[in-house]
Amino acid sequence: MANLRDIRRRIKSVKNTAQITRAMQLVAAAKMKKAQDQALAGREYSKQLNGVLQDISESFSDATHALLEKRSGNRELVLIISTDKGLCGAINTNLAKVVRKQTSADADYVTVGRKLRVMMEKLGRTVVADFTVKDPVPFSDARAISALISKHFIAGKYDKVTVAYTRFVNTMTQVPEVVQLLPVETPTDHAEVTATNDFLFEPSPADVLSAILPLYINFRVFQALVEARASEHSARMVAMKAATDNAKKFIKELTLEYNKLRQGAITAELLEITTAMKAME
Amino acid sequence: MPLELHIVTPEKRIFSDLVDNVYLPGADGELGVLPMHTGLVTALKPGELRYAYHGTVQTLAIGSGFAEITQTKVVVLTDSALGEADIDEAHVEEAIKRAQEKLATVDHNLDAEEVAYLQGVISRSTAALHFKRKYRP
Repeated sequence: MANLRDIRRRIKSVKNTAQITRAMQLVAAAKMKKAQDQALAGREYSKQLNGVLQDISESFSDATHALLEKRSGNRELVLIISTDKGLCGAINTNLAKVVRKQTSADADYVTVGRKLRVMMEKLGRTVVADFTVKDPVPFSDARAISALISKHFIAGKYDKVTVAYTRFVNTMTQVPEVVQLLPVETPTDHAEVTATNDFLFEPSPADVLSAILPLYINFRVFQALVEARASEHSARMVAMKAATDNAKKFIKELTLEYNKLRQGAITAELLEITTAMKAME
Repeated sequence: MPLELHIVTPEKRIFSDLVDNVYLPGADGELGVLPMHTGLVTALKPGELRYAYHGTVQTLAIGSGFAEITQTKVVVLTDSALGEADIDEAHVEEAIKRAQEKLATVDHNLDAEEVAYLQGVISRSTAALHFKRKYRP
């Protein structure tokens, strides 16, 4: 009964796989909760910051800051936030598609996460810098990244900086998107526009602007990082859940087949015995 | 007419309700805000924030950041906001000491970013410590 033994072996190996994917699912679920909370908590601050920036933007038509300067060139720097590890569904592939479509082909890259860095290097693109971000995302990591890209932008090495990340919608849905970081564009998604447009600035408009803009960049990078992290863990959780479910279904099918074969073998044996008995009569 | 006050940190929304007045630690000194204040955007330095809420004065130790003031609304964006009970004195003292030790080791010319960050930690923690000692029951 070689066939029976084969099936038994397969059931065992599928069971092992299911156990592993289930463990990974549980780990991802625990991390997902934390990452999602972080991503959602940051949105409030982000909204208020956008609001403030929008309110004061009208007062700053003349007081230009280095980070606001629009240039005619099209040298682009793209900050790509992917994942370090795989087994998280299609989020890296989807992000790569969006990057290819929405950024210029000769752009340079700064990467977070091993997956897309390796891919960009394979494609022969220039990766200027690579960062590793801890889990959960500390704010200081975002500061290091934004300091580097601001420096390159102010030095005039690039005319535009964009960030490609996977925005977290909910556990089932994550949307890859490319957003312009520099030069800072006034956000327009803030619904309520304050009536007063004349603001006083303390200590001075230039001081306030040079305090707000770097903070804004830091925070945009930070928010992109936490959103990407929340997406990663959600995607991994869902992928591992699908894998576990598939494995369970597979085990069920295999068990059914195994039982059928075993019953077949028993029936055949009984048949043989009765035939032999009949022949002896 | 009451004033809308929002206090937000990157981690969470600390406070969001109607208050009677707000006192902020502005970069150029403390500033009191009543309803119908003129539009103002100010940098904040680490210090004490007070507001009158339902007849009682509430106080918070905030970190640096900035505030946007309009006639009906005050939005405070800061990197931390703690109440008296949230501050653990020994913990904060430890943080100051650690930051000072680290500040002594980093190269001030090369690592301006790190130096600014550590100085931020020190000034924020010192302000929190003063706050704690002032309001400790």
